[in-house]
Amino acid sequence: MSAVAEGSRRTLAPLGRRRVSVTRRCSYGPYVVIHCHDESAPAPRPGQFYMLASAERWGGGEGERPYLPRALSFLRAPAGTDEVHFFFEDVGPGTARLSELEAGEELWLAGPFGVGFAPPSDGGRALLVGGGVGIAPLAAWQDELGLDADALLGFRDAQHAEGAAVMAAAQLATDDGSAGHHGLVTELLAAELDGGEEATVYACGPPRMLEAVRVMCSERAVPAQLALESGMACGFGACFGCVVATREGYKRLCLDGPVLDAAELLTALTPGAGH
Amino acid sequence: MPALRTEFCGLTLEHPIVNGSGTFDAIAARRAFGDALLEDFPFAAYVSKTVTLEPRQGNAPPRLWELPAGLINSIGLPNRGLEGYLEHDLPRLAELPVPLIVNVMGFTREEVATLVEAFTAREEVAAIELNVSCPNVKTGLLMGAEPAEVSGLLDLVRPLTRKPLIVKLTPNATNPAAVAQAAQDAGADAVSLINTLRGMALRPGSSEPWLGGRTGGVSGAGVRGVALALLDSVAQRVSVPIIAMGGVQSGADAAALLGAGARLVAVGTESFRDPMAGRRVAGELEERAEKGQLSAILTPASRKIPA
Repeated sequence: MSAVAEGSRRTLAPLGRRRVSVTRRCSYGPYVVIHCHDESAPAPRPGQFYMLASAERWGGGEGERPYLPRALSFLRAPAGTDEVHFFFEDVGPGTARLSELEAGEELWLAGPFGVGFAPPSDGGRALLVGGGVGIAPLAAWQDELGLDADALLGFRDAQHAEGAAVMAAAQLATDDGSAGHHGLVTELLAAELDGGEEATVYACGPPRMLEAVRVMCSERAVPAQLALESGMACGFGACFGCVVATREGYKRLCLDGPVLDAAELLTALTPGAGH
Repeated sequence: MPALRTEFCGLTLEHPIVNGSGTFDAIAARRAFGDALLEDFPFAAYVSKTVTLEPRQGNAPPRLWELPAGLINSIGLPNRGLEGYLEHDLPRLAELPVPLIVNVMGFTREEVATLVEAFTAREEVAAIELNVSCPNVKTGLLMGAEPAEVSGLLDLVRPLTRKPLIVKLTPNATNPAAVAQAAQDAGADAVSLINTLRGMALRPGSSEPWLGGRTGGVSGAGVRGVALALLDSVAQRVSVPIIAMGGVQSGADAAALLGAGARLVAVGTESFRDPMAGRRVAGELEERAEKGQLSAILTPASRKIPA
């Protein structure tokens, strides 16, 4: 990746980790949003991520884990503020601990890390495809691209679909049909792609969804950028734990991703993060 | 940090904290943090990731498994190979503000000899660490498991270089102290310990291994007691300087290893949790030194010298 291309997609992280305060906690169905006051950091690029760990009671308690910080894409870093927002679901010991954080409590933050999304190369239409907690990086991207960036969001059920409130102008799909289209978000994507207008697809979600998006876009020669997830110990290239298989060999998601061109990938079926 | 200045194999280091090989990629960290990393580098010397003769992709993912107080990694020594390292990595690592220690591994003694010769010719390299202990790669265990294997390796490579040679010991040997003794007797300038302990995890809800490499190496706070015990046994057998590591997260942890006979202390897994952990640990050591708590253990005369 050239320095120029990377420069527009990567904001350098302040050196080391820093202790920041949670200023607000709210929830959307099963999803939790926390706002952090992060005055030392420059504005991140949509698609970048941070490493988070609570300042108190991170590991060593009844559950023994978590030990390592957790990698989360940021949801939003509103311009003109010192805030960075995160969106996640309690799916394991790390996210369980993070979901307990209340306003006034502190956490360790490192980042932003990785490279984010690149705008459509032809200046054309952007189509955002999110699944579950994977909608997080798409919110910041939609903010930047503007409302003409259509979003297609898939969730398990209506309760999870409450998470869609963090984005504007979205078509919904749910697995059980309790909200929006009854079926997969990739069915909505197929209809959009086959509808005619050329688009660049930006997707983040569970591995099976991303793999379906990758195959679908490949078959139609539609450019796609996928924000992938992996278990990650460090976030800055030290541990070599987060590799994905690309046509050029393994790449570290934390350095060369988490956003990768779909055409680079051999598969988007990764083991996931196991938070 | 004058109070912490440390002599190691002819090098004068600002403090005794370095990184464990393979736990901090300075080139990657510079991409993430920019040149601020060079202005406040966390370690007093930099130990680079293992270099092999041929390029390696490393193990298939998943490569990590979190434990209650640490993790298992199954990385598989990905690297560009000697040629790629000399062309791409060495020039970047030479820009670091601290001495460079290159870690090498070969699948035969002759491969190690080739690597040692190649780095002996490079003035950017201050010392060479021999990885005879990586448990992630099947053949990695062989050279560090027995005293005779290490002796045989050093008999071949010791005459090839005047640079300091450090032998990194594996805790998975039957008798690491005997291996350390063999390394010293065969001309090693220093030993380092411990490399990771062999470990395994199962895919949740199945009897299949989780890690792509089937097994991996355990590191982190959970191995701290193991490291201290092995250091204690090795320090009673050898007089060459020791680089000790294993679960170091604080100045107190580092002080314990220095007190047990280490000359340098390496921070590894903690850098994953705190990128500047090396700097923080050194700072906490300095605070101890200022309070007079380190003078006793940093005085060479107080170290155990074998009879």
